[in-house]
Amino acid sequence: MKPGEVVQRRRPNQRLLNFLAWLILLLMALPAFWIVLTAFRPNSEINSWPPVWVPQEITLDAFATMFGLNPEERMRVPVESYMRNSLLAAGISTVVAVSIGTLAGYAFARFRFRFQTAAFLGIMLSRAIPGVALSLPLFILFNQMRLVNNFFGLAAVYIAMNIPFSTWLMDGFFRQIPQDLSEAAYIDGCDYWSAFWRVELPLALPGFATAAIFAFLAAWNEFQIVSVLSRSAASRTFPPGLFDFTEQFTFDWRGMAAMSAIMMIPAIIFVILVQRNLVSGMTFGATKG
Amino acid sequence: MRLQTRVQSGSDIQERRVTDGRISARWFPFFMLLPAILFILVIMLFPLVYSFYVSLTPYELLKPNSLQFELSRALRNYQTLFAESIFWKSVGNTIVFLFLSINLSYVIALSLSQLLARVTRGQGIMRTLLMVPMMFAPILVGFQFRWFFNANVGLVNNLLYSLGLMQERGQIAWLVVEPLGMFSIIVASIWMNLPVLTIILLAGTLSLPQETFEAADVDGANSWQQFRFITFPLLAPFSYIALTILSLDISRAFDIVRIMTDGGPAHRTELNWTYVTRLAIDNTKFGLGSAMSWVTVVLAVVFTLYFFRQLVRSRVVQ
Repeated sequence: MKPGEVVQRRRPNQRLLNFLAWLILLLMALPAFWIVLTAFRPNSEINSWPPVWVPQEITLDAFATMFGLNPEERMRVPVESYMRNSLLAAGISTVVAVSIGTLAGYAFARFRFRFQTAAFLGIMLSRAIPGVALSLPLFILFNQMRLVNNFFGLAAVYIAMNIPFSTWLMDGFFRQIPQDLSEAAYIDGCDYWSAFWRVELPLALPGFATAAIFAFLAAWNEFQIVSVLSRSAASRTFPPGLFDFTEQFTFDWRGMAAMSAIMMIPAIIFVILVQRNLVSGMTFGATKG
Repeated sequence: MRLQTRVQSGSDIQERRVTDGRISARWFPFFMLLPAILFILVIMLFPLVYSFYVSLTPYELLKPNSLQFELSRALRNYQTLFAESIFWKSVGNTIVFLFLSINLSYVIALSLSQLLARVTRGQGIMRTLLMVPMMFAPILVGFQFRWFFNANVGLVNNLLYSLGLMQERGQIAWLVVEPLGMFSIIVASIWMNLPVLTIILLAGTLSLPQETFEAADVDGANSWQQFRFITFPLLAPFSYIALTILSLDISRAFDIVRIMTDGGPAHRTELNWTYVTRLAIDNTKFGLGSAMSWVTVVLAVVFTLYFFRQLVRSRVVQ
């Protein structure tokens, strides 16, 4: 764009801009559609050379094999067990972590106290610890306490991992609620707890939901910790379960695509649900001191 | 300014409540913070401190008696590590990876957000499309790109062949040849980073005061000048939020690398994280692996602290 075209420059380029945006976004989303499509294609098409681009045949074979319904294939993946472990670990840790994070976030948003900045920074930094660094000592300790392969051990780790981000999000959501409300509650004779519980928490429920979605997905998707702490097939979740489709040099790409499609279901639901709250939840800090 | 008034009115309330006989303003926040702090102390801080202790011992999983501290050989793991050329290679690779991945992600997200802010039709659908990569667990991103970059059945080579740019099957071994392995990993991590970054920057761009741009229009500033001197500086707090979130999440990229190349072949894509796993889990040398993981933690914390301080600074300026 040249200087001097200022006033009228938006119109002639608008179509091009719209087209370009669509093109880029479709290219970005393409891999996801390709994965889902692959789950429904026969193996011969996926591995063929020269490549077959347009699907000739749609089949549910991959899913049948995965659930053990295919008489010709002997391979069986314990999907139900992965599903149960994943749902329980993610569900329980989400409820506990977001509740704890809500309490902590409220303290940071509404009160000034000693070591406040230090406490906030400490909680945030604990999130920066890479899972690899944590999984190793946890394995040594859990091994001594017989918590390896144990569901509660895993859930406890996920709770701790999800507290920092929940705290941060809830701190932001509480800051968006006008302070007058709690002040009015104090004048009406509420103590701190009931002002929090009866007045401010109900108003922060959309924030609670957003934080819960992030926490759930973080636990649902977590790989590093569970791959070290859950060594038996019965205690595994989905992410390490994906390795059932790999051997030293061969990959069952289609089986993996099918399991990926199942793994993505909660994420798809949540992304649709969270769309509106996502932006306000993450950018509060920039607009409100 | 706002901050000032809030603090004042907050302390007013607190003074009023102290006389009240119930939990005082001094203790209430600590009571609220207690569960969070307990969990983090027990499940994150204690293991981390413990792993520092382990890093000072010659502990190996298969030799349970080797978990013993001796002052004379306490730093030997660190000495071994620093003398190892693979260690330096992994640190170098990690720096290159973080530098390229974060900077490219940011630049692409910034451009994309400017483009999307000007789109007039179908913003809702576009935002949904933008979030598609968020539906993928990092480990799925890894598997997906490992497959796409696969030499024989991968999407990329198939595409190159169908477009007539490649003659034989499996001609380019993306994940094997240097520096294509690093390139593939960076592409995968950028794909994963883009949605969150773009969404935050887009929200920031849309929230900027419109009058400023109108005034700039009247003064005859062109689009580039408007971006360079108005949009970009005003976006600073949003940029730092985005980068802070990214720096907190960047270790998720470990999953990608672990799946795509697992640091290989021949340590070509070895990063700090994959090196920890190689030493500790694959070779069961827990002492040495813990030393390596401590180096990784220190680097990660320094890195995050940097972005966090920038974030706080950019908020104060406002």
